[in-house]
Amino acid sequence: MNYFPDEVIEHVFDFVTSHKDRNAISLVCKSWYKIERYSRQKVFIGNCYAINPERLLRRFPCLKSLTLKGKPHFADFNLVPHEWGGFVLPWIEALARSRVGLEELRLKRMVVTDESLELLSRSFVNFKSLVLVSCEGFTTDGLASIAANCRHLRDLDLQENEIDDHRGQWLSCFPDTCTTLVTLNFACLEGETNLVALERLVARSPNLKSLKLNRAVPLDALARLMVCAPQIVDLGVGSYENDPDSESYMKLKAAIKKCTSLRSLSGFLEAAPHCLSAFHPICHNLTSLNLSYAAEIHGSHLIKLIQHCKKLQRLWILDSIGDKGLEVVASTCKDLQELRVFPSDLLGGGNTAVTEEGLVAISAGCPKLHSILYFCQQMTNAALVTVAKNCPNFIRFRLCILEPNKPDHVTSQPLDEGFGAIVKACKSLRRLSLSGLLTDQVFLYIGMYANQLEMLSIAFAGDTDKGMLYVLNGCKKMKKLEIRDSPFGDTALLADVSKYETMRSLWMSSCEVTLSGCKRLAQKAPWLNVEIINENDNNRMEENGHEGRQKVDKLYLYRTVVGTRMDAPPFVWIL
Amino acid sequence: MDEFVNLKETELRLGLPGTDNVCEGKESIISCCNNNNKRALSSDNEKEIESSSRKTETSPPRKAQIVGWPPVRSYRKNNIQTKKNESEHEGQGIYVKVSMDGAPYLRKIDLSCYKGYSELLKALELMFKFSVGEYFERDGYKGSEFVPTYEDKDGDWMLIGDVPWEMFICTCKRLRIMKGSEAKGLGCGV
Repeated sequence: MNYFPDEVIEHVFDFVTSHKDRNAISLVCKSWYKIERYSRQKVFIGNCYAINPERLLRRFPCLKSLTLKGKPHFADFNLVPHEWGGFVLPWIEALARSRVGLEELRLKRMVVTDESLELLSRSFVNFKSLVLVSCEGFTTDGLASIAANCRHLRDLDLQENEIDDHRGQWLSCFPDTCTTLVTLNFACLEGETNLVALERLVARSPNLKSLKLNRAVPLDALARLMVCAPQIVDLGVGSYENDPDSESYMKLKAAIKKCTSLRSLSGFLEAAPHCLSAFHPICHNLTSLNLSYAAEIHGSHLIKLIQHCKKLQRLWILDSIGDKGLEVVASTCKDLQELRVFPSDLLGGGNTAVTEEGLVAISAGCPKLHSILYFCQQMTNAALVTVAKNCPNFIRFRLCILEPNKPDHVTSQPLDEGFGAIVKACKSLRRLSLSGLLTDQVFLYIGMYANQLEMLSIAFAGDTDKGMLYVLNGCKKMKKLEIRDSPFGDTALLADVSKYETMRSLWMSSCEVTLSGCKRLAQKAPWLNVEIINENDNNRMEENGHEGRQKVDKLYLYRTVVGTRMDAPPFVWIL
Repeated sequence: MDEFVNLKETELRLGLPGTDNVCEGKESIISCCNNNNKRALSSDNEKEIESSSRKTETSPPRKAQIVGWPPVRSYRKNNIQTKKNESEHEGQGIYVKVSMDGAPYLRKIDLSCYKGYSELLKALELMFKFSVGEYFERDGYKGSEFVPTYEDKDGDWMLIGDVPWEMFICTCKRLRIMKGSEAKGLGCGV
């Protein structure tokens, strides 16, 4: 079959970088499988319990970069207890034992300890890049080990982690010889920062492109940092309170003007909005703006800033921008591809929030829009139909109407037709989140039209098992299905057990599935881990008699090649 | 409506045992789901109208606290919450913790209740039953083994009384009444 020597084929494979494509290559024939596995450097594991590190290393001994995801997505919303699992230590231990040349580790929703970070820092001589997203379990002591021991560290990127800040001197643990930093993001740290150590570190990092500061870095320090790093591309501003006439502010304005490579701006964790004008000179270069933590920036200051940002491709904002503000975005940001509008008032009753009008305005003004996350107070079918017509290119469409079960506020109808229009028009849709009042009908549409859909999030929707069946039968590419508070039960769950082999995972909480249904599923599909999470009712499930009909609070099932995991806490039952 | 009342007793809840803080709306959603399953054999149209009207009848109150809703990451929720709390505090007083060396537990006081240092110090003296000596600009507090200090925004421990009162209120994060030799090190002149 092969007309070329292996080295040539391997060289060709070097140009194939996406995980999907490499996985496809490895299935062509035995010879290609073998060549591919020895040349694979980057591996992505969407569920850390689907495989174990030993098998991973047996197949890919030349591994350099590993991405691991742990807890299910709904863990972000406190639906998964902290001790559920997703521990990275066994992975790092196995990788260390095998002496693989690990250079990059990216973790999402995993439990990371200082011990793991210490082991990581000491085990891999060429370790370059650590990216932690929504992880927990470690402190700044762990960061100190990374800083001290990773001689060639390029990226330290901490995104929205829960880190116990010991207010230590982790920044001063970077040795003077460390000059290789490209990314330094510690915005999520709560405590004080050693400003002197930070400034010296930035000054000796000529390759630094991305710097995201935490709350504790005040404006005068920011000015000095920007003077040291005019080459910066991605900046996260920490604390931005200041008196605009002060010397620091003047210095900052001058420094900002020199940052001609700046393309991405975020942070403003504590902000004095009238000082935003310091950034106006570079706004025309910005392609990414994240003000979703800047609760104090709204109204005219926000609008003025946005009006300068004509090249924006990505915008993350709070709903205090209002529909009028979104209209300004629609008329200014013609290159916009991704928009996220987050709720600023989580306790309900927001009067400055956005409505369907803002969404329609954006869809009309921004033809390149392909990803949206939109929290709003109300929606209509008509608006969604218009959005679908304006933007048939959506890849990700996530709509969250804050009040569960809320119908079309004009017609009082369910929003089935609106979402139906979206899935019908957007043939490339890969991710969808639903909300509002929805019947089984919307799932019929999804099953019929959403051929490329890989991830679907359902909450407070549907009427009968038919809804879930439409989705399971229709969406051939479904990978992750997560459902909460919806009336789907055992019939839907058990209808086609083999479907779950083609999916990464299924989450169902506060639905109608029963313990006996789950047990039957586990029996039929031994290659699935069927987990029942019972945090509150430790004893109820064991009571005799009506045990089978007991409804399961939280069900999480996923395909795996390594069987039952050994690290589950007592409140997780693996059937 | 009776069937709703009876179902409530057997409802699975997401709240902690013994608490009642799951919203009523969620319970009624579960109960109307139960009813839908029982009526699975009735005609489709009838069911749709029935279920949508039922749901709007019993839709949850706006401010109900449903676990994990709205779907916003805890990290983000905590950050926004902090902002709200901080701005609420501006209207409702500036509460700071007060610790005293040797005392078993801390207290909290509202700095906005006092017009100046003398009022604040008197209140502290009463609260912890000690006396603070006399303040000298150059030498600090003399005449007592107790020295009042505060932690400022930069994390440094400062002697109370050095800066103007308005500036003090804005920069003070917590108070500590130092005692003994540690206090002497701070209380004496530089």
